[in-house]
Amino acid sequence: MNSIDKDLLAQVADLHSVPQGSYNIRKNGESVGRASDSDIEIVSKKDKQGIDIYVRKNVKNKSVHLPVIVTQSGFEDLVYNDFYIESGADVVIVAGCGIHNSGDKTSTHNGIHTFHLAKNAKIKYVEKHLGLGNGTGGKVLNPVTKIIMKEGSVCEMETVQLGGVTYSNRKTNAKLGKGAKLVIKEKILTTDKQEAKTEFKVELLGDGSSVEVVSRSVAKGESKQKFVSKIVGDAECFGHVECDGIVLDKAQVVSVPEIEAKNVDASLVHEAAIGKIAGEQLVKLMSLGLTKEEAEAKIIKGYLN
Amino acid sequence: MFQLKNVDYVVTDEKTGAKKEILKNLNLSFDKGKITVVTGHNGSGKSTLIKLLMGIEKPTNGQILFDDKDITDLAVNEMANLGISIAFQQPVRFKGLTVKDLLDIANERSTNISDACDFLSLVGLCAREYLDRELDNTLSGGEIKRIELALALAKGGEVFLFDEPEAGIDLWSFDDLIGIFKKLKDKTIIIVSHQKKILEIADKVLLMSNQGYQMGERDEILGNMSPSKCARLEVRDE
Repeated sequence: MNSIDKDLLAQVADLHSVPQGSYNIRKNGESVGRASDSDIEIVSKKDKQGIDIYVRKNVKNKSVHLPVIVTQSGFEDLVYNDFYIESGADVVIVAGCGIHNSGDKTSTHNGIHTFHLAKNAKIKYVEKHLGLGNGTGGKVLNPVTKIIMKEGSVCEMETVQLGGVTYSNRKTNAKLGKGAKLVIKEKILTTDKQEAKTEFKVELLGDGSSVEVVSRSVAKGESKQKFVSKIVGDAECFGHVECDGIVLDKAQVVSVPEIEAKNVDASLVHEAAIGKIAGEQLVKLMSLGLTKEEAEAKIIKGYLN
Repeated sequence: MFQLKNVDYVVTDEKTGAKKEILKNLNLSFDKGKITVVTGHNGSGKSTLIKLLMGIEKPTNGQILFDDKDITDLAVNEMANLGISIAFQQPVRFKGLTVKDLLDIANERSTNISDACDFLSLVGLCAREYLDRELDNTLSGGEIKRIELALALAKGGEVFLFDEPEAGIDLWSFDDLIGIFKKLKDKTIIIVSHQKKILEIADKVLLMSNQGYQMGERDEILGNMSPSKCARLEVRDE
């Protein structure tokens, strides 16, 4: 691995050395490093690109790292990863993709992830996206995440895209059974002429299920963002979506909320606020000695932290 | 010395173009080592005066001087760096920034636990409980008001502007608040307040009204005020 690879891995998966536990590192469409054990087993798919990950029953306090890096300009990667989290397991899954493009062709990663959470299984799923390199070629990421949650399972999903990605289209679909709990935290920063789209569809199908979606985004330059969320409540359930956006320069942010109650006991809330940085916030930080630019940077950093 | 010379502040209605005079021909001096309490009717320009002193608003005419230097055109952060500190009437909230983040900015260096403890305990808060709290809607009005005061103290300086510091801190003993002002006794303190106990510690009082202003020693301004005049000014005991 060269220094570019190491830099990408450190930034998208916090990997500074070989990770503990199971891992699979994918570079330009090939697995370049893997560890698999009986608790978390990683098996290559035979019919298409990708892997199956089995987290065995009641395995707790373990993690699996699955970073992807694309360094070849013009490369288009498509991978299917299926996760089977058995009952009572409780693990951390760190994925993420870094594209380094120093050429003039568009590099793309399409990661299709499907999670099957058995009864009372619990995961924390962290996915970071990053684009680096001075080439004129695009750095494109189109992640698709499907989450199927059985009774009492818990999924906490954190997605972070803090710069360099020229285009992204994220689609997340989840179906929740009885008492299942899904928490999604999304942070996006776009600059220049970048474009980011996010679509969430969450179906609350079991009594006592709940979802919380918190999206915070900052759009600078001439970038564009679109946030679409649809929560369907078809049981005694609770859903809350909070979408906050800060718009700067000539950027644009669109938020399209949709909440649909199919059951009288469904309680669904959507909050959305988009705007520039509040003048009072800038004045407060300036009154503590920061310049306007420093105050702006501080507010954005905290907001996306 | 902090001075205003011939200061006018006029606002223009964007729709009708009509001009409204908020402050007219203000000539004021605020001395080092003195507490000046600014009081008067709602709408008499007290908060506007504070904003002018912090550089948030600019006078339509006139000058603001600090130690004889003209600082009328300085930006808010330049005023702050000269040693002017403010605690706002309605503290602003931040999503994602913690009490410690703000104290660090105010203090210009990383706040170690004991520093933060000092500033927060001065306002009756326990540092351990509050340092990592976000300055968002989860804080009550009273909590955020006290944090606002702690930030002004952490920033420090030569001139302190407190805009209605007592509002929303009912549960906290007034004596502690008065104690803070007394601790800053060698500084220039300007407090907007209607609170009787705060007026009692004033060296000077600036009484503002729509007709004009009067500034002088406390007893000179408030000494012969009748109860009915006090009531009109909304002077409060508690």
